Amino acid sequence: MTFTIPIDNGDSLKNAEADSQRTLYPYVTGTSIVAIKYKDGVLMASDMGGSYGSTLRYKNIERMKAIGKHSLLGASGEISDFQEILRYLDELVLNDNMWDDGNSLGPKEVHNYLTRVMYNRRNKFNPLWNTLVLGGVKNGESYLGMVSMIGVSFEDNHVATGFGNHLARPILRDEWHADLSFEDGVKLLEKCMRVLLYRDRSAINKLQIAKITEEGVTVSQPYSLKTFWEFKAFHNPTAGAEGSW
Amino acid sequence: MFRNQYDTDVTTWSPTGRLFQVEYAMEAVKQGSAAIGLRSRSHVVLACVNKAQSELSSHQKKIFKVDDHIGVAIAGLTADGRVLSRYMRSESINHSFTYESPLPVGRLVVHLADKAQVCTQRSWKRPYGVGLLVGGLDESGAHLYYNCPSGNYFEYQAFAIGSRSQAAKTYLERRFESFGDSSREDLIKDAILAVRETLQGETLKSSLCTVSVLGVGEPFHFLDQETIQKVIDTFEKVPEEEEGEAEAAAPAEQGGGSGSGDQDVAPMEM
Repeated sequence: MTFTIPIDNGDSLKNAEADSQRTLYPYVTGTSIVAIKYKDGVLMASDMGGSYGSTLRYKNIERMKAIGKHSLLGASGEISDFQEILRYLDELVLNDNMWDDGNSLGPKEVHNYLTRVMYNRRNKFNPLWNTLVLGGVKNGESYLGMVSMIGVSFEDNHVATGFGNHLARPILRDEWHADLSFEDGVKLLEKCMRVLLYRDRSAINKLQIAKITEEGVTVSQPYSLKTFWEFKAFHNPTAGAEGSW
Repeated sequence: MFRNQYDTDVTTWSPTGRLFQVEYAMEAVKQGSAAIGLRSRSHVVLACVNKAQSELSSHQKKIFKVDDHIGVAIAGLTADGRVLSRYMRSESINHSFTYESPLPVGRLVVHLADKAQVCTQRSWKRPYGVGLLVGGLDESGAHLYYNCPSGNYFEYQAFAIGSRSQAAKTYLERRFESFGDSSREDLIKDAILAVRETLQGETLKSSLCTVSVLGVGEPFHFLDQETIQKVIDTFEKVPEEEEGEAEAAAPAEQGGGSGSGDQDVAPMEM
């Protein structure tokens, strides 16, 4: 997906503000994030892949990070922009902590801050090429929201980014319900991630599931899903009608 | 306080380590008409005396809504107070816009204090001549702060500023220990009683005071005259004749009564 803006900003050797400052297209990208609210808080799943175009180049990228005491951020899209966002949030959380006054940033505040950042960048035609998922728990209330690279922002009981929008959300719409137990929540997420693994070419079979509750954030160790490839049709793919596949 | 050779500039220290211009600014607060604040664990009440320039004019506004969860009462140069209220409203709404969440009052108060401090360290500025009683909510409940022209701020259970505020403070000192668990109604009653103390003899009427309330689940708002009068009626049983006499005495008192120092109340201070 190319995104070029033909603006003549002068000789880029002499003029520091020339086009090199604008985001044109993403380079190293992460694929879907899927997240749901459950009984004790929020569960989020992502794989650990960083694609370089069609190459599955990096296989150990953590795309979910804890923010402050109450929030968890997951990102799909350009990894370097995600790292930039983490730097912004680091500063935000630091300043919040420096107040040392008993008040702290909750997931709603972080989500809205990110919405402002993403929307303002979009208005300057220099977006942060990410879709962000923000989940958290504060004072017993669970929160789950999403912001896109153009600043579209909303909250919901279950969210997914990228291919997850198309493959995971239908499953979540059918099978999500309030007060899922931890085990059921993980099962549901794994079901979605398995479909994504089969059908999304940028997905890899190495995923993490993160949980955030009133106590805090835990990100699981990476693990892989069991897959099944022994379908009869795979043995002799061209047997039977040609073009059947 | 007497004039001395170190009091011309805010950036001149005295040999005893005082900044006289800042102290003079604090005097201006004492000249303004009284403002009172008290808080319980869940509510804050701000009340003030309505002093009009003359019988022909209306009284100046001394209590301002900063946000649904923050209000401020001022004493001193009302013009300075208005400007600072506008600043507070601006900070509050900017925070709400970015974070969709109310600005904790403790943080607003620090911003305000830092702003006041700047004026004590620039030779081309003067300190703000207004004291602010800021009441508001944050995660840990209800709070009441007093912001000083010096750039200091203090947290209080109850406080009074302006002329004859000592009378109100004495009253509050007797009662403050019970405020934490007070009901909303009792808190309002105590505020109005404290206002009465500053009037020193004048009959308390709802037209003479403004009262505002905010609390957990209750956005900042002013109480209407009727409500205030009802509270007054529960403790003031003034028969008709006495009221007439008190009315005659009141205007004479208003002209004479003032803070320490100056003979006249300067027109800009209310």
